[in-house]
Amino acid sequence: MRVAQETPVTTTSLPRGRPPKRNGPWSGYTHLLMARMLELKREPEVVFWVFVFPLLLALGLGIAFRNKPSDAPSVAIVAEGASERAKSLLEHSQRQPSFKIQMQNAEDARKGFRLGKYDLVIEPDGKSGFEYRYDPARPESVLAKAEVDDALQAAAGRKDAVATTAITSSEPGSRYIDFLIPGLLGMNLMNSGMWGIGFALVDMRQRKLLKRYVGTPMRRGDFLLALMSSRLILMVIEIGLLLVFGMLVFHMRVLGSLFSITLLGALGAISFGSVGLLTASRAQKIESVSGLINLVMMPMWIFSGVFFSYERFPSLIQPLIKALPLTALNDALRASILEGTPLLHQWPRVLVLILWGGVSFVLAVKWFRWT
Amino acid sequence: MPIAIQCRDLRKTYDGKVEAVCGLNLEIQTGECFGLLGPNGAGKTTTIEILEGLLQPTSGEVSILGHSWRQNEREMREWLGISLQETRLSEKLTVRETVELFASFYRDPRSSDEVLEQMQLTEKADSWVGKLSGGQRQRLAVATALVCNPKILFLDEPTTGLDPQSRRQLWDIIRTFQRDGGTVLLTTHYMDEAERLCDRLAIVDHGQIIAEGSPTDLIERLGGHHVVEFAVSGNSDGAALEAWRGLPSVESVREDDGMVALNVKEPHLTIPALLDAIEKQGSNLQHLTTRQASLEDVFVRLTGRHLRED
Repeated sequence: MRVAQETPVTTTSLPRGRPPKRNGPWSGYTHLLMARMLELKREPEVVFWVFVFPLLLALGLGIAFRNKPSDAPSVAIVAEGASERAKSLLEHSQRQPSFKIQMQNAEDARKGFRLGKYDLVIEPDGKSGFEYRYDPARPESVLAKAEVDDALQAAAGRKDAVATTAITSSEPGSRYIDFLIPGLLGMNLMNSGMWGIGFALVDMRQRKLLKRYVGTPMRRGDFLLALMSSRLILMVIEIGLLLVFGMLVFHMRVLGSLFSITLLGALGAISFGSVGLLTASRAQKIESVSGLINLVMMPMWIFSGVFFSYERFPSLIQPLIKALPLTALNDALRASILEGTPLLHQWPRVLVLILWGGVSFVLAVKWFRWT
Repeated sequence: MPIAIQCRDLRKTYDGKVEAVCGLNLEIQTGECFGLLGPNGAGKTTTIEILEGLLQPTSGEVSILGHSWRQNEREMREWLGISLQETRLSEKLTVRETVELFASFYRDPRSSDEVLEQMQLTEKADSWVGKLSGGQRQRLAVATALVCNPKILFLDEPTTGLDPQSRRQLWDIIRTFQRDGGTVLLTTHYMDEAERLCDRLAIVDHGQIIAEGSPTDLIERLGGHHVVEFAVSGNSDGAALEAWRGLPSVESVREDDGMVALNVKEPHLTIPALLDAIEKQGSNLQHLTTRQASLEDVFVRLTGRHLRED
């Protein structure tokens, strides 16, 4: 009789019993990327600031500044002399919406005008005419004066010399939300590039994790590449979310091709990632890099036309504004998304982004401290 | 046996002023567990980081298994397992993910599960690093060093801040690694750790080695074999301190924290004579202990200071 004998299972630290496991050249890179993505996924703050916050911002600002029919001009008529005639003329005018008219004594009317309650004050001039009191620096006041005058003259029997008709148009593409969403996209790419690369690196340096990595055969390029790759993956999600959100909630129209928008997004993410890398090249403490990052981003928050057009700044500094990477990115995103302008036609903006990214990257690699 | 770690006339000056390491020579054999013992700020960490190739020395030569950092860094990294002082690994990764991440950097790593098993971390394999206790974190740090199947293990203050049980666990792990043929270089400011774990050690102070040898050798050579500590009331002053030196078998005398400490070769000769002398003086004996000399005594003898002065 033969007894099948089982070999006893032994655990031993000698290499004999274990299956050969040799790592390929990209094993470090893939593990670093995987670890980074897992870390981001498990960090609720990251999910909020990168994905939820821009949506909330778009929603809030989109509602606050949604295009709506302009309010009826609010007009005060000083109750003396011919004021009743003015009132009845205005009330019978054909204008839609009609005016909001209040009869007031002279003192209350002027006080209300000063506090912005009325856009225009009409005072009878003692003869058969009227005197307008308005503020040329307030657009709604100027508009009210023009409309009231028009309505008064027409109601009093003035004939138009030329026949005109008007067609109203408020198409998607020219509204504030259309201006805003590409700006938010650009700003978000800047934020997450600077924090996701700059802050993350200094944090790892402060925790001595960078030094620990350098103590292994890990290729340093793999590490930076993995960090940048994680940014690109997030970028695709960021762009997709905001655009889909804009299309669904605000019926935004995307004219440019998704390919060129993604390409621009990648360029922006890499460019700001490199600026983030440069900011993080020396700092030892997260406090000091936080200050630096804010210092770098502050001018772009103000000047690069995220929330309003930078055309309002003096023409003297326009060239400087246009040389900022976020300005280039915002302009290019707007042109691509809203007008469908091909990337080739925007080469100066693309060049600005490439220059910022390239120069920052070269300097960062030169100055970078792993320990 | 080839020399595992060798350095000659190692110097490191920070900002042209602060001399962290000044002229250090070491020769550590393969299979040895070697300790750098010294107080905080003695230059231990600077020394070990230079040997690990993480810091550039201001001058001096380092050779690891016959190779130099300048010529062969990539290859040398495959042989070394490193645990730095106070590395904070990513808190949101699990224990297994962390070990596998480090394993991925090496051409031919050990299996992560096997290392976790050896480190007694299998139960915690799927916990986030942020949830680990101090002892578990330190074992994980050593696990990231051992997963590469290193020839040499560098440990900087591996047991600082750990409870006694965790310390003993780590000591076992280090001994196992050494038994399997590995070489260990560790720094510590715990004399008991150095005494139990190290085959040889170097006592470092102000960036220099002030004594080197096996623990027993150092203690016999410099600590005296036994220490007799006592306190008397009455007329004992500085001159009296010298008087104790004349007692039989006494090698040296020092005052320590209000007590007199005698380094003694044979206590059974010293103590009767000591008691007689005290009686003759008319003083009262208030305290008397005898104990084996330790590395602490060696350090105090050499520097006049204790290892841990807080």
